[in-house]
Amino acid sequence: MQDSQWPLWEVFIQANPGIPHKHAGSVHAADKEMALTNARDVYTRRKEGTSIWVVPSNYVVASNPNDADMLFDPANDKIYRHPTFYVMPEGAEAI
Amino acid sequence: MTKQEALFKYFTRLADNALILGHRLSEWSSNAPILEEDLALTNIALDLIGRAQALYKYAAEIESKGRTEDDLVYKRAERQFLNVLLVEQPNGDFAMTIARQIFYSAYELLFLEELSKSKDATLSALAIKCLKEVRYHWRHAYDWLQRLGDGTEESHERMQRGMDELWMLTGELFEIDEVEAMLIEEEIAVDNSSLYERWNTMVSDAIKEATLNRPADGYMQTGGRKGVHTENLGFILAEMQYLPRAYPEAKW
Repeated sequence: MQDSQWPLWEVFIQANPGIPHKHAGSVHAADKEMALTNARDVYTRRKEGTSIWVVPSNYVVASNPNDADMLFDPANDKIYRHPTFYVMPEGAEAI
Repeated sequence: MTKQEALFKYFTRLADNALILGHRLSEWSSNAPILEEDLALTNIALDLIGRAQALYKYAAEIESKGRTEDDLVYKRAERQFLNVLLVEQPNGDFAMTIARQIFYSAYELLFLEELSKSKDATLSALAIKCLKEVRYHWRHAYDWLQRLGDGTEESHERMQRGMDELWMLTGELFEIDEVEAMLIEEEIAVDNSSLYERWNTMVSDAIKEATLNRPADGYMQTGGRKGVHTENLGFILAEMQYLPRAYPEAKW
């Protein structure tokens, strides 16, 4: 579908310092400064953020839903990939 | 004039500027060029209306005649409003709104920087809080000035027209009268006239950067600060005050 609006940007918001930026949604904007201010105005009005990333949507490469079986199902029976099989060394708080 | 009267008038002027500009910007709600800009302008409006509420509250406390902030907003007549003429001007096209924002937010930025040094603890605390908001208002207006000025032939022309039309209302921003004079003496109020040089540089540079022409200085229309308004304020008040005047007991 042809989008008649300005280019689309994906918005990522970091809720607190140190944690990953999470995808929040998208905005239309004519340039990167506008994308940033629009993201600020649309997605951080209720104190949601401490940092914003905006990325042109056409730079996002997405997997094809038709490939989901091939890409993700093989992980279903590989429970040994979870770290639950390891015994915590005595005294260690995290490995 | 007692100090109490001067303070009441000073707070009321500041509050009226914020309220009326906030109301004007809120008129963009659902009418802005794009959804994102709709939110941007109404966010700015909410910053201003929030500030107005705080200022009216202090004004009412200083006056101590039992009036509330709602009384000051809904039960004063046109001649009792003391905002500058610039903020009551119609939104016009988007470029004209940006012109108003450029002139006003540059002034506010400088004004609040000075007000943050006020001897009045309430004013300085409020100024420090509002400075953060107004830095963003300036950034928003500045970015748009550049885009429209340095954009298409039509956007350039409209941006120039918007500025040309409003320029004669910018002189009033730098006026002072006996209210300020009394409070400047006490290091409470800001000397508006001392802001002009910096404002002129800030605005002229932004205009030049946007490939536009700074309008020529000429006759400056003033009067709002004394309660003598353009015809626009009456229409704003008619809309803003209709409900509480028609239904005085209404609660919402």
